[in-house]
Amino acid sequence: MSSRDEHATGQEGVRRTVTRTLVVLAGMFAFAFALVPLYDVFCDLTGLNGKTSARAQSLVDQEVDASRMVTVQFITRGSQGLPWHLEVDTRQVRLHPGQREEVFFSFRNNGEETTRARAVPSVSPSEASLHLRKLTCFCFQEQQLAAGEGLKAPLVFQLTRDLPPDIKTVTLVYTLYPVQPAQAEVSLHEPITEGDSA
Amino acid sequence: MASHLPPKPTPQHSTATAGGMADSGHARPRGMMRWLLTTNHKEIGTLYLLFSLTMFFIGGIFALVVRAELFQPGLQLVQPEFFNQMTTMHGLIMVFGAIMPAFVGLANWMVPLQIGAPDMALPRLNNFSFWLLPVAFLLLLSTLLMPGGGPNFGWTFYAPLSTTYAPPSTSFFILSLHLAGISSILGAINIIATILNLRAPGMRLMDMPLFVWTWLITAFLLIAVMPVLAGVITMMLMDINFGTSFFNAAGGGDPVLFQHLFWFFGHPEVYIMILPAFGIVSAIIPTFSRKRLFGYASMVYATAAIAILSFMVWAHHMFIVGLPLVAELFFMYTTMLIAVPTGVKVFNWIATMFRGSISFEPPMLFALAFVVQFTVGGFSGLMLAIAPADFQYHDTYFVVAHFHYVLVPGALFAILAGAYYWLPKWTGHYPSVRLSQWHFWLSVIGVNLTFFPMHFSGLAGMPRRIPDYALQFVDFNMASSIGGFLFGISQLLFVLVIIKCVRGGEKAPAKAWEGAEDLEWSVPSPAPLHTFETPPEFHPQQH
Repeated sequence: MSSRDEHATGQEGVRRTVTRTLVVLAGMFAFAFALVPLYDVFCDLTGLNGKTSARAQSLVDQEVDASRMVTVQFITRGSQGLPWHLEVDTRQVRLHPGQREEVFFSFRNNGEETTRARAVPSVSPSEASLHLRKLTCFCFQEQQLAAGEGLKAPLVFQLTRDLPPDIKTVTLVYTLYPVQPAQAEVSLHEPITEGDSA
Repeated sequence: MASHLPPKPTPQHSTATAGGMADSGHARPRGMMRWLLTTNHKEIGTLYLLFSLTMFFIGGIFALVVRAELFQPGLQLVQPEFFNQMTTMHGLIMVFGAIMPAFVGLANWMVPLQIGAPDMALPRLNNFSFWLLPVAFLLLLSTLLMPGGGPNFGWTFYAPLSTTYAPPSTSFFILSLHLAGISSILGAINIIATILNLRAPGMRLMDMPLFVWTWLITAFLLIAVMPVLAGVITMMLMDINFGTSFFNAAGGGDPVLFQHLFWFFGHPEVYIMILPAFGIVSAIIPTFSRKRLFGYASMVYATAAIAILSFMVWAHHMFIVGLPLVAELFFMYTTMLIAVPTGVKVFNWIATMFRGSISFEPPMLFALAFVVQFTVGGFSGLMLAIAPADFQYHDTYFVVAHFHYVLVPGALFAILAGAYYWLPKWTGHYPSVRLSQWHFWLSVIGVNLTFFPMHFSGLAGMPRRIPDYALQFVDFNMASSIGGFLFGISQLLFVLVIIKCVRGGEKAPAKAWEGAEDLEWSVPSPAPLHTFETPPEFHPQQH
């Protein structure tokens, strides 16, 4: 290390240290933002955050695993003062892995004006989200309902056979969020059918 | 103050160093301007320490509002909304305004003295990083007077509570945290640059006193995680004001991501608040045992190991968010692994005292209390690390008891120990022994009366951050409140000690403590404004 007898090298050393720490600083700040997409990729691969695919997936053609039953529960929630009511017709179904199942959800706008909303799904335990395939879901798009209007929409899904055997119950939560008109145009997209990769 | 070394223009004395103005014969700024413009590491260190003491009392008053409300069940003194602001502000001010600046102040004072440097490497930056703090905390405190009140979402400011449901003052809170963060980062850069470049000739890294070592590692932690905090609060700012959805599930974001990012900063932050404390205690225990520190090298490696592990344990704060089993196991084991280097440290402190010639001056009392009580906090930390048990402990007073044991009788006692240890060097007088002993014993009794019952109320299920509680917790809470007021009021004794010590008292020689060996004890007491303008002779001790 430089001693202060060599004044120039001391200042040089300080400058070098400062430059290096500033580079690390900038790197860590960028890293914090890079973690956002990295987290999404990581969660897609591992199902860590219990998000399901936002797009329609095709059915995996496989034999039904009749040896075990899985309970699938549905919970619906309103949110943030949105005057909508969301109800599931069947609160709980029991099915075999591999089996195709259809459940209907009823939307109703109890408000005075036309509003848009989107149902955001979450799966618990999160590991199950990798094995949940949705063929049709109202959560792929936003819904628009006029005052007093109602809507019945299906969820068609399948739990694949490779669902870990320790998972006996899967809970699907749908939370309704209001969509501001400005956001609606940006995020509105048609469901696209993804290829089968499972 | 009489200068020990006559000021003389030497080549190593650039205009950027603190002595520049005084030595070239110009009049130094007087009064307020002297403190506003100072680039002297000792003056800036003093400013940091006084600032943190002020914040300690402000944060303490907030804590006493909380304890007063919790003296009895039901709502007596404050409304829940204000109670939430008090718990939040208490946490924020103690973490960012009291503990961290106190350590930076000690580093400013002691690091150049301990490595034989004339000043910090970047004196003007040093001035800037201090004066950011009063601005940041005035801004933070002013949010209490804004419509809707100040931050009320806990010091961990979890989204969406701190974004969607937060008071309008939250943007000011974010700005003040940005300023405090920049201050910490600049302080860290300065400390790293000083330690790596300005050591006395012949002082190798492994010759440095442990306070310098622990601060070097702490500064690296600050450089690594403060930008992440800055990133998180910037994302919050954008979610609040610019319609982004980083943490908003409605727009495709994820509130759990907030917790991952926050604790990626937050866990190393915990060690930022304790590593310098390890350094202080590692200076005091050998001095008053009149022995060299046992296991110097293992202390350095243990500190580094704790710092590295601190990046791999963050999710133990999030066991209940629904992590996969593999993740729970991983974070449980890495967390428990930290007990190993920490255990090495505690072992070394005890081994240093073994067969030592121990005396119990005030700094040693606080250091010994640190070792015992920090270990209590460490053990409750181990209990919290057990993932399945944490499901029960999470967000209860058991957690409050744990982190207060490591922060109050841990970090704070180490700061007090350091203050008593170096007060003779700062003021030239020994602190009053009788008053210090009163301060010590009242603090120990107060702190344990406050926080020990919280273990029990927590295990019985009392949730934290709630202004009311079930009747079964009455006795524990009364004890905690009485202890809290005892502890708070006895800190006024510390102020009295400092005032008396500055004004007079028994004169201290250069080497104020018999067993003290580091370089700071080779300069006169009180330390003159300029020291080590020519590098000192350094003879490495045999560690």
